[in-house]
This record gives sequence, C-alpha cells and structure tokens, in this order.
Amino acid sequence: MPTYNLQINEKTYTVEADAKMPLLWAIRDLVGLTGTKYGCGIAQCGACTVHLNGNAVRSCTLPVSAAVNQKITTIEGLSEDNSHPVQKAWIAEQVPQCGYCQSGHIMTAAALLKKNPAPDDKQIDIALGGLICRCGTYTRIRKAVKTAADIMQKA
Amino acid sequence: MKTVHKNVSRRNFLKASGLTGAALTIGYYLPAAANDATKIIHAGSADTLGVSLNAWVSIDSSGKVTIMNHRSEMGQGSFQVVPQMIAEELEVDLDKVQILFAPGSQDKYGSQITGGSSTVRGSYLHLMRVGASAREMLIQAAAKRWNVDSHECYAESSAVFHKPSGKKFTYGELVEDAAKLEPPKTVKLKNVEDYKIIRKPLQRQDIPSKVNGKAIFGLDKKIEGMLYAVVERNPRFLGKVKSFDDTAAKAVPGVKHVFKVQMPVFATTREGVAVVATNTWAAMQGRKALKVEWDDSGFEHLGTDQVYDRMKSDLNKPGLSQRTGGNAPAAFDKADLKVEAIYETPYESHSCMEPLNCIAHVKEGKVEIWGPIQGPDWVQSDVAQRLGLKPEDVTVNMTFLGGGFGRKAFTDYTYEAVVISKEIKGPVQVVWAREDDMTQGPFRPGATYGMKAGISKNGNITSLQAKMAAQNMDHQNPGADKTFYNGSTGEGFLQPYFESIPHYSFGDVPTESPIPVMWWRSVYSSTNGFAYESFFDEMAIAAGKDPLDFRRNHLNNDRYQALIDMLEEKTGWKNRGKKEGWGVAITECFGSIVGEVVKVSKNTEGKVKIDKVTAVMDCGWYVNPDIIRQQVEGSIVMALGAATKHETHFTDGKAVEKNFDAYRMPRLTDTPVIEVHIMDNNEKAGGVGEPGLPPFTPALCNAIFDLTGKRIRRLPFDLNEV
Repeated sequence: MPTYNLQINEKTYTVEADAKMPLLWAIRDLVGLTGTKYGCGIAQCGACTVHLNGNAVRSCTLPVSAAVNQKITTIEGLSEDNSHPVQKAWIAEQVPQCGYCQSGHIMTAAALLKKNPAPDDKQIDIALGGLICRCGTYTRIRKAVKTAADIMQKA
Repeated sequence: MKTVHKNVSRRNFLKASGLTGAALTIGYYLPAAANDATKIIHAGSADTLGVSLNAWVSIDSSGKVTIMNHRSEMGQGSFQVVPQMIAEELEVDLDKVQILFAPGSQDKYGSQITGGSSTVRGSYLHLMRVGASAREMLIQAAAKRWNVDSHECYAESSAVFHKPSGKKFTYGELVEDAAKLEPPKTVKLKNVEDYKIIRKPLQRQDIPSKVNGKAIFGLDKKIEGMLYAVVERNPRFLGKVKSFDDTAAKAVPGVKHVFKVQMPVFATTREGVAVVATNTWAAMQGRKALKVEWDDSGFEHLGTDQVYDRMKSDLNKPGLSQRTGGNAPAAFDKADLKVEAIYETPYESHSCMEPLNCIAHVKEGKVEIWGPIQGPDWVQSDVAQRLGLKPEDVTVNMTFLGGGFGRKAFTDYTYEAVVISKEIKGPVQVVWAREDDMTQGPFRPGATYGMKAGISKNGNITSLQAKMAAQNMDHQNPGADKTFYNGSTGEGFLQPYFESIPHYSFGDVPTESPIPVMWWRSVYSSTNGFAYESFFDEMAIAAGKDPLDFRRNHLNNDRYQALIDMLEEKTGWKNRGKKEGWGVAITECFGSIVGEVVKVSKNTEGKVKIDKVTAVMDCGWYVNPDIIRQQVEGSIVMALGAATKHETHFTDGKAVEKNFDAYRMPRLTDTPVIEVHIMDNNEKAGGVGEPGLPPFTPALCNAIFDLTGKRIRRLPFDLNEV
C-alpha cells in the first residue's frame, strides 16, 4: 500500500492508504482527527468540508492521493480555543443543536469570509446553500455568518 | 425476549418515560445516596468526580461540582437543561459545573429513554428535588460543624453561609460530611420568581465543543484495538441471505473478516453479510467486492402505490375505536353543512446527519457499548436479555448523538454491533453508510386519513369523524395484541374540542405491510396534525368563518384562548394583506400546545414563497427559553422538509431513495424567517423538542389555500408546482 504525506493543520502526517481512499477517511481513521464528519459520502451534505489551500472542499469525494503536499485545514485547525471569528459567532448565536454538521458549516463560512468579508444574503445562499443541517439551524447559521463578518471587521 | 420488545411499545414507553401517574409516584427517590457512593463515582472518570451525594451530583474536595445528564443529547438540549434544573436547587453556578453523560442504569436514574419530549416534563420535579436534597445535606453538614440550627444557614454559589455570623464553608469542605447524612425525606422547591438560572437563556454548555471538533459523537469514538465493520444487508425488508462469495472482498487490503449476520427487527429478522476491516474505507471497499445471492421468496415485494391503495381501502373498514362521544354518523347525516376530505402523508426516513453506528466489545461474560443511543437503559436490558447476562454486566457508555428523532431509540443497530463483536472476539465499530441508514428503516409510517364533519347553520361543529389507516407501530412487536388501539389518532388534536363538539369518533385501521416503521419526531402528531388542522381550515371556510375565530369558538378554555390571542397579536392577523396568504394551525403534542401562523406570497415568477412563520409555544413550566426557540425553529425546518421536499418511496419491496441526491433535504435557501414566542403561565411542564413540528405543515397548506384557492391534501408537494 502506498504512503502519503499530508500537511494537516500545519503538521505532517504520514499515512499508508489506498490511493482512492477519500481524504475524509484518511483524516478520521488514519490521522485520528474526528471533527470532520461523514454525512453522505457523495458530496451532497457538506459535513466533511475542509480547507484545501484555503478553499472549502468536500473531503468525502477527494482521493487522499490528490491532497498530498497541499495545505489542509480541518475544524481542529481553525482554532483550538474557539478564538476564530466564525467560532465566536457560532457560540454567540447559539447555532449548534446536535452539532454534527456544524464543522462543515463553520469551515464553509470561514472560507467564504476570507474571500468576501461582508457577504450579503445572496452570497451566503450561494456559499452555504449546498450544506445540510437536519436540526434545521439555518436561520441562526445565516445570522452567525453576519455576526462573524462584524467580528472580523472590528478586529 | 418478550419483555425486551414490549419495552418499545407505546404504552410501555409512556410508562417508562415517567409520563403516567403510576410512574410519577416513584418519582421522588434518591437511589444512590451516600452509602452507594462508590458505585456512582465509577461513572466515567471515577477518580476526578470526588464524593457523590446522589446519582446525579458529585463534588470533590476542591469544590468542583459534577452533574450527570442521564438523558441523550441529540441536539434538543438535555446536556444543558438537566444540569440547569439541578444547579438551580443545588445553588451552584452552572458555568463552573462539569457535565457528564450517565451510563445506562435504570436502578440509578429511572428511565433514560429520550423520547416523547420527556426529559423535562417527565422528571423536572424529581431532578429539582435531587438538587435540593443535595443542597440540604450540605447545609446540614455545615450546621453540624458550627453547632447551629440549620435554619440559620443558607447556600449560595457552591458554599454554605451562617447568616448571623457570616461564617462560610465551601461545598468542597463539606461534601465528605454531607455524604454521610441521610438524604432528607422532603424538600421545599423554589418559587418560580426566585429562580436564578432556570428561565434564563443561558448559553449551552455543549456548544463550545461543537464548534472546534472536540465533541465526541458515536462515530468519533475510538477504542484500543477496534476494527471497523459495514454490513451488506438484504435491501428487501424480510429478505434472507442465500449464499455469498467473499473471495474478492477478502483480497481487499485491510479486510479481516467476512461473515453472515442476522438481526431481529421487531418480530422479523434482517439478514446480511458483515465485512470487518482495519478502517472504514477498507470495510466499504470489501463490501463492494462481495457477491451476495439473496433469498427473497415467501413475502410480498410491495411498492408505494400498493401500500396507499391498501390504506385507502382500509379507510372503509370499521377499525379500532379510540374515542367516541354521542353518535357522530347520525349527527353527520342530519347536519346542515357537510364537509369530507381524505388526506395522505408519506413514509419518511429519519436521516440523522450522523448515520447509525455503534461500538461493541463483547468480553467473557461482559459487554461494553459506546454509541449514539437514545435509550441506554433499553440497550442495556436488550443486550443483557439476548445474551443471558445481568444488566450490570452490560455497560452502555454515551456519546453525543448527531441527531436522533426517534431512530436511535430502536435497539437493532446496537445489538447488531454486539453480534459482530462476539463473532470477531474483539471491539468493533459498526458503521452504517448513508445508503444503509436511509433504506433499511424503520420509517415514519405513511398514513391516510378520512375526515367527515357536520356543521350547523351558525357555524358550530355538530359531528366530527376522524379515521386513520396506517401501519400500527405497536403491532410489529412479537406477540402484539392487534385488537388493541395504541392511541395514535388521539395525538395532535386539541383536547377541549372534545368538550365543544357533541358527536365525535376517532379511530384507526391498522394496515398490514412488511415495511418496518418507528417513531419520527412528534410521532403520530407529525401526520395527524396535517389532517386535523387542514380539515379545521376546510370546515372554517365551509362555515364562512375566520379560521382563527372558528377555532376560538370551539375552545372553551382560557389556556387555549390565551394562545390564540397571542398568535393574533404577534402576527397582526386582523390586518393581514390582500396579496398575501395566511394560514394558521394549532396542535397539542406531548403536553404542549403550539400555534403557528404562516405567511406566503408569490415571488416575481409567480411561484409561492414562504415569507414568515410565527410560532407561539405553550409548554407550561420551562427551563431555557433559547433552547425552546432553537427547538421550534428546527422543528419547523424538519416539517418543511417532510411537507415540500422528501418522501421515501418503495418499489419491488425496497426503499427507492438512498442518499441526499434523491431524498432532498430542506436547506438554508428554503428556510423562511421564523419568530418564536413562549407563553408564561403556571401550567405543568410540557415537551419542547417535538411539539413545534406538527402545526407547521397545515398552517403552510392553509396559507397556500388562502393565497391560491388550492387545497393540498397529499404530502409532499413542490412549492414551485403549486
């Protein structure tokens, strides 16, 4: 089985995996970072979203072999102490209920705000409209994206 | 075996969850007082908890307080509200409390099943007595040390004070002594106006761990030496495995074991082939390489159309009667005005974002389980009985649940993990792929309703007949009494209507089908509410009355009137615009009454869009208003999905929709503005997690009728095609 070097959250992990293994399972089962979630396996729900060189990507359909030597950030790498503006906003607006899908929502929102620090409703729809939250926290997600933008602006 | 399955029946559920009179009488018990302390502190991180004063409360010598949450946290907020209730009476600051999940143990915690929105309403008085009793023991310990009367002492912020002298002991200094005291037989609970933390919108203690990946869900749990399993299950509900070829599967790197598994599902058996590997992906690849020949003989391969034909034909049968008053058919015949309608609701998948999974480790004479579980005590007794063990030999450890909605109260997936662990003689995590989770059921049963009403000239309902034909959830259990009515049609309907309507009959016809069915958030109310409250709108229109006034005129009860007044005031119902469609619905579910008003209009393309939903929740006594708002918001979105987005169809005995590409979920872009108001009154606590769901769909359909004149009687429908 081939081995791959993965740059995750500014650390290097060497994993031995089938070239087609999705990055999701390499991160969860081989590296042991479980904040990135399995929801559908077909890029429909976004629970598995991580940053690849700063872009939000769905790790459930990205082969591990394609992620080598690229900068991967998972929810654990956003900040451990909840100091990232998006995390702060998610707490302020009390977004999560079960919380399972929120890593994906938070990573997608963080990538959006990095490119567009003041998104309007339409831009939020486009960026986050492809994710699923079964608890239905969407009204708070929308609010929290705006709160995060405010926090970033004031910083 | 029988008792295990009986546990899952509706009757026994209500008994078990502390919701009947009989169960409440055993409510005030403190099973784990001081003399049982050693047992309790072994829950989780034993050495860090200190001394326990009862099953829920432990304090260490530094004063750190640990409160156990004995219920599941699946999003509904038990992790916050259980400690919030105990901490209020214990006099500790909630942000300084460590909260842990209690493992399954009915002896210590009473019922732990998280269902029927029962966590607060089923045990709030008990939990506050738990906190108050521990507080009194600490006060007694301090009074003894100071040699003063305990009435001169009071507790505040984890310390006991002697009022006359101002002397103080922290809880940490007192706990050893307090634990040696007998718990008081009676305690006085605080008055509502004296609450310091109950009724406050305190931020949830679980949320910080849910924004940085630290919260551990079932799928995140890792056990030393654990392997991963997936199971190729027969896609037909009663199908068997005829034979399988595992040559290619075993050649996949990482695959360790392949074998046939059998699982009891209610009174039937599910068969499949398990593939066990060193990681989830390898197990999934091994499964793909399997060649299985199924035995699908000896049972019906039903499709959706056949099931609905059967239900609709069942509507003509007399069925089982739940509740009758007067002579509804005779009064209907004589009525001035007659209204009749048939409503249909779909089968639905629970589709929790965390697919089913469970870790089991079967050792010599012991079993340990970790997973996202709604009823740890049920899993404990189920596994113990099936393996012939004592309950205390089965340890059920809790994790956060990535959604539950009723599905994770069913003990099939937990026992399946036990079967697989037993076979491989080691710890294993069984992972359900999304496709497994969505196609194997149990599903929310589809239902059909036949409604008939007679109305007088002056607009009073003189006769109401409601009949449901659907699969009866209780009738699936082995040895079920199929002549028994399980209360299904009684849910959702406003109880005072039974007093104002002189002639009524409510009942159901249990439709036979092999499709496994199970509770889905708000259970029968989730579909009854649509039929009953759509029909109320039809009656109001037929009688030429305002839909809100029509309901008001049939509710001779101040509590319900107050809710209607609030709905009217908050929405501006009386001043509604001409180009808008407005709809209202009010339902009663698990002890709470919820009214919702939906406002719709047409977008620039002429399609119906939902502008706003206003909800008024009357759940009586309550703990955390922000969690109530969260739950009502979420319930509305979940209802929106079942009303306008998704349905599980069946063809040739198999579920059709396998993943979110076909089972379309509501998303951010579908979500309207939602406003939630909470009634303040002196009623007893009602449910919070589910009652917000049933009124949304009828309110939406009534609003669409108001806007377009089109009556929707079959769900789901596409908003773009109205």
